[in-house]
Amino acid sequence: MRHLVSVLVQDNPGVLQRVAGLIARRGFNIESLAVGRTHQPGLSRISLVVSGDDAVLEQVEKQLNRLIEVIKVTDHAEPHVERELALVKVSVAGIEERLEVKDIAEAFRARIVDVAKRSIIFELTGDSQKVSNFVEALRPYGLLEVMRTGAVGMSRGEQVLRVREKKAV
Amino acid sequence: MNGAAAILKALERQGVEVIFGHPGGTIMPTYDALYDSPIRHVLVRHEQGGVHAATGYARASGRVGVCMATSGPGALNLVTGLQDALMDSTPVVAITGNVPQHLIGTDAFQEADVVGITQPVTKHNYQVRNVNDIPRVIAEAFYIASTGRPGPVLIDFPKDVQLAEFTGSFEVEIDLPGYKPTYRGHPRQIERALEALKKAERPVLMVGGGAQHAAAEIFALAERSGIPVITTLMGLGAFPGTHPQCLGMPGMHGSVAANRAIHHADTILAIGLRFDDRVTGKISRFAPHAHTIIHVDIDPAEIGKLVRTHIPVVGDAKWVAGELAKGAQRMNIGKWWAQLEEWKTKHPFAWKPKPYLQSQEVIQAFWEATQGQAIVTSGVGQHQMFAAQFFKFDRPRSWINSGGLGTMGVGLPFAIGAALARPGELVIDFDGDGSFQMTLQELATLKKLNLNVKIVVLNNGFLGMVRQWQDLFHARRYSEVYLADSNPDFAKLAEAYGIKGLTLTDKAQLQEAVREVLAHPGPVLLEARVYHEEGVFPMIPAGGAAEDMIIENPREAVAGD
Ligand SMILES: Cc1ncc(C[n+]2csc(CCOP(=O)(O)OP(=O)(O)O)c2C)c(N)n1
Ligand SMILES: [Mg+2]
Repeated sequence: MRHLVSVLVQDNPGVLQRVAGLIARRGFNIESLAVGRTHQPGLSRISLVVSGDDAVLEQVEKQLNRLIEVIKVTDHAEPHVERELALVKVSVAGIEERLEVKDIAEAFRARIVDVAKRSIIFELTGDSQKVSNFVEALRPYGLLEVMRTGAVGMSRGEQVLRVREKKAV
Repeated sequence: MNGAAAILKALERQGVEVIFGHPGGTIMPTYDALYDSPIRHVLVRHEQGGVHAATGYARASGRVGVCMATSGPGALNLVTGLQDALMDSTPVVAITGNVPQHLIGTDAFQEADVVGITQPVTKHNYQVRNVNDIPRVIAEAFYIASTGRPGPVLIDFPKDVQLAEFTGSFEVEIDLPGYKPTYRGHPRQIERALEALKKAERPVLMVGGGAQHAAAEIFALAERSGIPVITTLMGLGAFPGTHPQCLGMPGMHGSVAANRAIHHADTILAIGLRFDDRVTGKISRFAPHAHTIIHVDIDPAEIGKLVRTHIPVVGDAKWVAGELAKGAQRMNIGKWWAQLEEWKTKHPFAWKPKPYLQSQEVIQAFWEATQGQAIVTSGVGQHQMFAAQFFKFDRPRSWINSGGLGTMGVGLPFAIGAALARPGELVIDFDGDGSFQMTLQELATLKKLNLNVKIVVLNNGFLGMVRQWQDLFHARRYSEVYLADSNPDFAKLAEAYGIKGLTLTDKAQLQEAVREVLAHPGPVLLEARVYHEEGVFPMIPAGGAAEDMIIENPREAVAGD
């Protein structure tokens, strides 16, 4: 089973290494990891795509929670938005291929961000499946480079990842 | 005041009385400040000795143990001890120097990525980059090390930070939004646990190292309910070993009664333990008749990690055991007890007497002579298991060994730390000839401190535990386990350090030797030359289950009467 997990962290130096190290050390399988700042100073957010059964997912969440700088972990089982960004450079030999490739891109609502004599770079956002489908659709034309950011996600509606109120110990 | 002085001031404010350390280039400013500090420093002879001594201190006292090392090689010598403290949930704070910040990342002299390297072996670690952060970071480190599930925290101080002028404040607030350990178990879960116990026909209470601070509550719970109690290797002493309700230790070299009790139990209440594979054996065959497993742990990640748990209780062992004790009722389990008593009396820990001196009798003699009133440490191997089997621990924090990591060489430094933590108490280190040689340089530290530590080297001339496995599982091909032809004369070795050294070879002289060791004030080393080919039994082979338990040494069953 594939799970999208969001992790709110304090963005201290080394926090990404801690998260990545833990995942590797415990032998969890991750498909992707994306990280970026949030709107709140000092807080970053990591999105992980993990594969495994429920027990594995539970351990991933619990082990992540053990990290001091991890503030909150959620797996997006609830309705959520998932997006991934990809840049795909395809080789295009002749005019015919160029048109075909553009048709495919249009069907996927990909944007052209670079055009050269023998190549085009497309930019695509969507869920990871859509990105994969797009990449596969272009494969026959000759993929030169593919860069995917990994999926990022967010719950729909009011539910948010936030710093819990301080609890007495 | 410079950063170094601020480090010591902050440590003082944490109540630190002793630091186990070894100086070197990048930590020199802090050693300079130490010169004027009321904090006592114990100069160990190897940084590994320092971190283990801090661990022994912490385990014996319940307070945070502190060790210190220089950058690069000094800090890296801490790694084994940090992992040891991590696996046995011990509060330790390690302080390391590092090269000045402008040299970090340049492969400078004695530079190592200590924060990177120690990340997986600590509960948390820090590198302080701003001198004014010192009080906050130290306060956080002690808080993290000593609360929740305790563990080691390392703080790395680049040399320029130690030298910079400190202009900050020591009044700091700890704000760790991602760290909120849960102490009070959920009342509903405690209620469910009590209900399950009420219905249990064959219950057992398993107690681990996480309950060493909860001995009074465990005792109350056990006495009130009449439940049989099993103490893991790390839990020995958290419930009295001589109590009639105690079934002893479970696992690979545990008692027949404890392992069979777990195997047949219908309800298991586990407090402060993590179902290590040395306890469970093959997990799919562990406790096959238990319809209810109640697992109490302060670390939520331990619950459900290995064993299916029906009633999870996240909370502090002391608090939860206290609540359970309040709600517990007398159990009506006479039939179960009759069965347990039978196993207990039929299969106590025992050994076949031989004409040679034997480890088991040496340990038993010390237990009898001290009436159990000692703190005991050990190395790792057969002697460790014999100590766990034949010294009965009636008090918490009286048995300090390396359970999770199984680190040879901890015996002596643990003993030094424990003796400093509990002055006035007798400390005995039952060590192996192999293990002892891994950290024996700390004899110098012991000599200097003149502590009441009795080292008993159970010299079997072998890496005995490995030899035992080769005997049982590798067709007696004794590959690289023979020590006897090149072991030192241990008594002479001790004498070379100015420590009284004794040698015992003759069984008949055992009582006399024990008397002599205990009568001598200050440190003594007794080398007991014991039978070479002893085996530790019972034994559940790795990956086996309770039913696979080998109760007696198969070699002796053939050769014996
Ligand atoms: C640092 C370290 N290296 C290797 C081992 C593997 N090991 C476990 S027990 C043992 C033998 C220990 O020999 P000794 O200390 O003489 O104890 P004995 O078993 O003979 O009582 C070894 C090598 C270990 N536990 N720790
Ligand atoms: Mg030996």
